[in-house]
Amino acid sequence: MEIYLYLALFSPLVGSLFAALFTTKSKTLVAGVVPSLLLFTSFVSSSILLVHILNGGAPVHVEMMTWMATGDLYIPFGFVVDQVSVTMMMVVTIVSTVVHVYSIGYMDHDKSFNRFFAWLSAFVFSMLILVMSDNYAGLFIGWEGVGLCSWGLIGFWFHKESASWAANEAFIMNRIADLGMLIGIFLVYWNTGSLQYDHVFEAFKGLDVDTLALIGIFLFIGAMGKSAQFPLHTWLADAMEGPTPVSALIHAATMVTAGVYLVVRSNELYSLIPEIGLFIASLGAFVAIFAASMALVNRDMKRIIAYSTLSQLGYMFAAAGLGAYWVALFHLMAHAFFKALLFLGAGNVMHAMHDELDPFKMGGLGKTMKATMVMMTLASVALAGLFPLAGFFSKDAILEAAFVEHHYVIYSVLLFTAGLTAFYSFRLVALIFHGEERYTLFGIHPHEAYKFMLVAMSPLLLLAIIAGSLKMTYFEMVTAILPDIEYHIHSHVTFWIMTIGTQLFVVIAILYAYKKYTTIGMNVPDGTSETENTFMYKLLKNQYYIPYAYDEYIVKPYTKLSALFWTEIDQKVVDATVDGIAGVIYDSGEQTRDMQDGNLSTMLRWMVIGTIALLILAVMFGLTARYAHVLG
Amino acid sequence: MEIGLNHYLVLSTILFAIGLVGVMRRKNLLLLFFATEILLNSVNIAFAAISHYYGDLTGQMFAFFVIAIAASEVAVGLGLLIVWYKRHGNIDLDTMSTMRG
Repeated sequence: MEIYLYLALFSPLVGSLFAALFTTKSKTLVAGVVPSLLLFTSFVSSSILLVHILNGGAPVHVEMMTWMATGDLYIPFGFVVDQVSVTMMMVVTIVSTVVHVYSIGYMDHDKSFNRFFAWLSAFVFSMLILVMSDNYAGLFIGWEGVGLCSWGLIGFWFHKESASWAANEAFIMNRIADLGMLIGIFLVYWNTGSLQYDHVFEAFKGLDVDTLALIGIFLFIGAMGKSAQFPLHTWLADAMEGPTPVSALIHAATMVTAGVYLVVRSNELYSLIPEIGLFIASLGAFVAIFAASMALVNRDMKRIIAYSTLSQLGYMFAAAGLGAYWVALFHLMAHAFFKALLFLGAGNVMHAMHDELDPFKMGGLGKTMKATMVMMTLASVALAGLFPLAGFFSKDAILEAAFVEHHYVIYSVLLFTAGLTAFYSFRLVALIFHGEERYTLFGIHPHEAYKFMLVAMSPLLLLAIIAGSLKMTYFEMVTAILPDIEYHIHSHVTFWIMTIGTQLFVVIAILYAYKKYTTIGMNVPDGTSETENTFMYKLLKNQYYIPYAYDEYIVKPYTKLSALFWTEIDQKVVDATVDGIAGVIYDSGEQTRDMQDGNLSTMLRWMVIGTIALLILAVMFGLTARYAHVLG
Repeated sequence: MEIGLNHYLVLSTILFAIGLVGVMRRKNLLLLFFATEILLNSVNIAFAAISHYYGDLTGQMFAFFVIAIAASEVAVGLGLLIVWYKRHGNIDLDTMSTMRG
């Protein structure tokens, strides 16, 4: 089994290095095909491992080599494939294989085609390290690796000012959170003397609650950055500057779920500190509704999907915080499939519309892009959580968990958000594919994407439809290592009322969105209508003024402070000191060069002066040594 | 008054001072050699006197070494001096500044 583990882990690295060989060359098809094939290899190996685990095989645990060994510190490059990591490996390799193949078509006309695949495969490799590592240090390496690759891919079109700005924003914001993460890891090592998961979790049982809470908080700060939870969420929407396949792979399906994975992986820690868990759940519920509300009015297709991702991450954290780790992981998996599908569909639409992102300028695209329309509609149905698609099972499980745990506030927030989700998803679908053909005004002739791109997307479509039916198999697998709490509502009547009620609520939201956005002669928002001038609308449109506040109250004062430090401290103190030292040495050289006039007589005189000086020193030292006991 | 160690040391110091001033002030290379000899021999006097005082022959042996080395040094030095005089026609110290930096 070990060979499959290594194959799964290192194939993407080989693919990345291979594509990197061609980065300075113009587009070479092989630089896209080889990484895709290697990724497929990785996917097949992961599937073999999955079958092994499903058949009740023991988790595969290897120690490739020693990484650090000094004193009591021992950190190996160890990898583990157990029920949790194999789930993540499947999600990562499926989505990334699809995205790789899709990108061959999507990036067809891009001059940096080869560089794109180098970064993309490097990202998958980092993500696999993150999920497969058997210790926190390895996880952190993967964590930083995905951060770096995300930076390279958001800023892929770095000649665009906004893209490189967004890349830096994402990187810096993650750096803030990673500091918390690093402190958390240090605390773990400090208190348990190890970073290996099995040792650490064993040692946690003997620690006092305050220490555990501290560790839990700091690790969660790291998770907040990667998973873009409030208040570190602004980077995710801006990250949509990257190419769309990147958004699908990184900023929807895999990297942003790393935070959820961290919480699920550390479930033994969070089970011991339910108060922190409750905080995580509350924050998750807040982010769910917060992000969903911003998606209601946005006019950028990719940003709407990004906010929806943010909102779904909130759901996952809500589940994980309430102790329903397997539910969180299940929603993560289901979400990865339909969200990646949604993004890839959006990529098709963008290509057809010549990179136009405003859905109000589209409309009626369903006639020319049937396949994309079907896929995006089904993905949206799955996202909205309608029976029998994937989202229904996973989202319903989260709602049930909240209900059964008697957190009715969280439950009602999440329920309301489910309605919002349905509304904004179908607002998007209605605006893009139905109603008037508004794009004719802009002289665009849309066309469907390449056939093979659509074929590449189909596995995701299939999974988005059937993932829900795998729920029980999945439950039996992961509960081998995760708490196996089944959330059943005791009374059948309550259960049916809740399920049917939720479904009805969602259907009504969908119908309302259709009705509102497909009517002929619909008002395109232009800042004049009454709704657009209400306070709420403006608040939502400006994303609660949070980016503005960050810019105004953090970035600007910081820039001013930096400028002040530059002119006042750096130039006047640091530079002055260094220049001063150099100046003294120069001056003394200038002054003493007269000594070297080549005249023997002068030299002899200097020699005598030197001898006398040394003699005086020797005498003085001798006297001090002689009378040291008298002086003290 | 008996002549003791101190007298010899004072003589040695006076000779050393004379030699030192000579080294510093003289411009004639030949006289510079003289001054160097005075310096070396002042030290020899001190060596011999202290050696006698302690009844230890090591100091006197050192004095012999110094005399031997001084003799060879003067031999080499005088040879160089003659070559210099043949080339430049003088042995004035101030003209020897080819090593000016």
